[in-house]
Amino acid sequence: MMDVALLSRVQFALTAAFHYVFPPLTIGLGLMLVVMEWRWLRTGDADYRAMTRFWTRIFGLVFAVGVGSGIVLEFQFGTNWAAYSRYVGDVFGSALAAEGIFAFFLESGFLAIVLFGWDRVRPGVHFLATCMVCLGAHFSAVWIIVANSWQQTPAGFHLVERGGGVRAEITSFWELVLNPSSVDRLIHVVLGAYLASAFLVISVSAYYLVKGRHQRLAVKSMKIGLVLALFASLAQWVSGHSSARVVVEHQPAKLAAMEGLYRTGPRSPLHLFGWVDERGERVWGLAVPGALSLLAHGRLDAPVTGLDQFAPEDRPPIQVTFQAFHLMVFVGAMLVALSALGCWLWWRKLWDPTGRPWVRAALWVLVLAVVLPQMANQLGWIVAEVGRQPWIVYGLLRTRDGLSAAVGPGAVAFSLALFAAIYLLLFALFLMLLDRKIREGPVLEAGPEVSAERAGRRGPGGE
Amino acid sequence: MDLNAVWFVLIGILFTGYAVLDGFDLGVGALHLLARRDKDRRVLLNAIGPVWDGNEVWLVTGGGALFAAFPEAYATVFSGFYIAFFLFLAALVFRAVSIEFRSKLPWRWWRATWDVGFCLGSLIGGLLLGVALGNIVWGIPLNAEGVYTGRFIDLLHPYALLAGVTSVALFMMHGAIYLHLKTEGALQEQIRSWIRPCIIFFVLTYSLLSLATLLYVPRATSALRGQPWLFAVVVLTVLAIANIPREIFGDRPGRAFLSSCATIVLLMALFGLNMYPVLVPSEPNVAHSLDIYRAASSQQTLGIMLIIAGIGMPLVLAYTASIYWIFRGKVRLTETSY
Ligand code: HDD
Ligand code: HEM
Ligand code: HEM
Repeated sequence: MMDVALLSRVQFALTAAFHYVFPPLTIGLGLMLVVMEWRWLRTGDADYRAMTRFWTRIFGLVFAVGVGSGIVLEFQFGTNWAAYSRYVGDVFGSALAAEGIFAFFLESGFLAIVLFGWDRVRPGVHFLATCMVCLGAHFSAVWIIVANSWQQTPAGFHLVERGGGVRAEITSFWELVLNPSSVDRLIHVVLGAYLASAFLVISVSAYYLVKGRHQRLAVKSMKIGLVLALFASLAQWVSGHSSARVVVEHQPAKLAAMEGLYRTGPRSPLHLFGWVDERGERVWGLAVPGALSLLAHGRLDAPVTGLDQFAPEDRPPIQVTFQAFHLMVFVGAMLVALSALGCWLWWRKLWDPTGRPWVRAALWVLVLAVVLPQMANQLGWIVAEVGRQPWIVYGLLRTRDGLSAAVGPGAVAFSLALFAAIYLLLFALFLMLLDRKIREGPVLEAGPEVSAERAGRRGPGGE
Repeated sequence: MDLNAVWFVLIGILFTGYAVLDGFDLGVGALHLLARRDKDRRVLLNAIGPVWDGNEVWLVTGGGALFAAFPEAYATVFSGFYIAFFLFLAALVFRAVSIEFRSKLPWRWWRATWDVGFCLGSLIGGLLLGVALGNIVWGIPLNAEGVYTGRFIDLLHPYALLAGVTSVALFMMHGAIYLHLKTEGALQEQIRSWIRPCIIFFVLTYSLLSLATLLYVPRATSALRGQPWLFAVVVLTVLAIANIPREIFGDRPGRAFLSSCATIVLLMALFGLNMYPVLVPSEPNVAHSLDIYRAASSQQTLGIMLIIAGIGMPLVLAYTASIYWIFRGKVRLTETSY
């Protein structure tokens, strides 16, 4: 028998995970559109115009599905987590409302100009609109991460007795916004978003190169993608480490679960990979002795808090957290390697695979790499959210106590089935349309800007 | 006026903004299948193309503001209306993706499917909004903790359904007038012929709803008796409605559209004034009703939120207005259109 708690958690996980396929793409593509359009305005090169218009269309498609799925999340706090909403509304609601006022209006408003305004406004105004869309997407991330970080590391509030219950009330807005984890997590999430979109651009460009289509344009797009990918994949390590330090300090049970650390002590090991034996309370795998102490506290002999410090009912699910964390880090390493591979192709100008099977193979690897940052993003959220259990607000409110009293298992089963079906359908259609758009490819209009000498520079394989 | 009252008004403004703006989107959707030719349907879609998403944000922000300012009401309403609400969300999702997906592929069955999705999404969305509003006017059973104790099916009583149908009628009228503004030629002629039945449909359902309210919702009538000046709002509403056919037949669609916007604003104002200071009335146990004090966040949060709104809303209004300005005039289909 499934209970309301489990069904509601599965539903939240499903809808959030689905939503989170799209925002990272719009956040990162927003930035890349700014770069592409700026290059167009600066150089007058029609390739950049075609590129901008092509990626704008993809942006539009991604955005629509992102919006459709976001709206479900927005109201799910009230529908499924009413007790939690009553408890946190005073603190948490402001961040959510700020997201609407500062971010969504900005993004959806200016997106109209970006998508449909090409021949209604001057290029400068269009560029401004693109910048605003990019800014709006980043603002959404800011406010939602602030809200989420508050429930990870609550700050700037006090507990107040009210109408028979207790709830959190705000004492300092800025302490709430700048709670201990929000800045680190925001950076980590935004870098993850850059990786997701950079690898999408790289993947599509590599595909065109493999197929020998739009070659000139593909190379230019690929370069923009690679610069961003290389920067973000390296920075992600610094940022991830910094996030982990915050976890060490503020959510020791989560950290212990991430590493499967059962016993508190100095010289704690860091696992490269492993399997948690939850019965025997140990991990089988390959570990670097002392490395966890070193990373967490900067000293080999510093003790790291283990799961033995927490009663069994206060421990998060360990296997899931452990595996998700290690996979994320592993993917992070792969992304660095893949960015390096792409940059090497760039350095050696190996853009044309004809007659060079290993170049073709390398390009195919880059085509397929698009799923990796998406995986890492999902895994990261699993670490963050599953590792937070059994708390819905860390240390304050248990997930079980956050549910809606008015909602029974039948109702949740219904909504879960409904949205599982809808999302499955949407996802399939999204992929199909994306695939078609990519196959259609960018359109290079023979406008006055295309000078013959520029257009003919790269020989065959072009438009 | 204290902060609680200010937030009652501000949230009212956000939801009214939603009803006025997304109202015509939902109306266009409800009418969509009446246009038969593919090109005409594309014109309809593109009449709302650049703005529908921004319009929907009024709902999202209204929801966020309700969460922040009156968390008890947010929690009660959305968990209480659980199934109805998920159906509403599903309708909105379908509307959004139907608009986006429809014209991406040329196949007949593909387009026909999404046309139906767009129409049904809009119809069901409008209907459920009205049903929710009807239930709020009617009152819902709450216990001492402010938790809804009824079932989904209890929400579908005749009064609420009538309110739902009325809101669909209102949106259809509103949407038809909007389309009249955005189209030209033969299509405009055709749309013109939809307006009159829409007006009649709305006037009919609205009269029935008013009658039912007067007869069966004593709370609403006692508010009228207590504050006789509310009759002025009623009279204004009737005048605004009556003005619509006058402007249409005088061929002043712009002013007709303003009248229909005014109608929605006045109806929402009437609804708000009737409710104030209650957010969710409890029936039968009136003592359990949630009002703007019982349901509110702390004064500090309400104050912070006011600052956020004070910075944000002028910006929002400024660029919303400029976007409507940029996309003014008749729909032109280009290669970037839906
Ligand atoms: C602002 C708040 C917020 C944000 C930004 C996110 N979540 Fe979350 N998440 C919650 C607020 C939340 C929650 C409401 O607090 C849940 C519901 C049950 C729970 O324990 O936490 C939750 C649960 C939850 C679970 C289930 C954990 C469990 O029950 O074991 C998963 C897997 C995710 N979320 C995944 C995500 C993903 C992929 C996100 C990326 C968008 C995400 N969350 C963002
Ligand atoms: C549970 C938490 C979340 C809620 C309640 C939520 C809510 C929403 C809503 C309602 C929309 C649609 C807005 C519109 O109509 O324009 C949306 C879109 C968006 N959200 Fe979320 N969201 C959540 C998580 C996130 C996260 C974690 C991020 C990024 C880090 C994010 C970034 C965005 C962006 C960029 C958009 C614009 C549409 C798109 O890009 O797909 N959201 N979200
Ligand atoms: C390279 C090594 C990496 C390390 C050491 C690392 C570390 C971490 C840690 C400790 C958390 C949990 C933070 C918390 O719960 O508060 C986290 C979460 C997350 N990670 Fe990573 N990460 C790495 C790579 C990546 C990569 C490559 C991506 C995506 C492309 C990514 C995406 C995320 C996301 C989306 C979250 C959830 C949001 C958050 O809690 O910040 N991570 N990461």
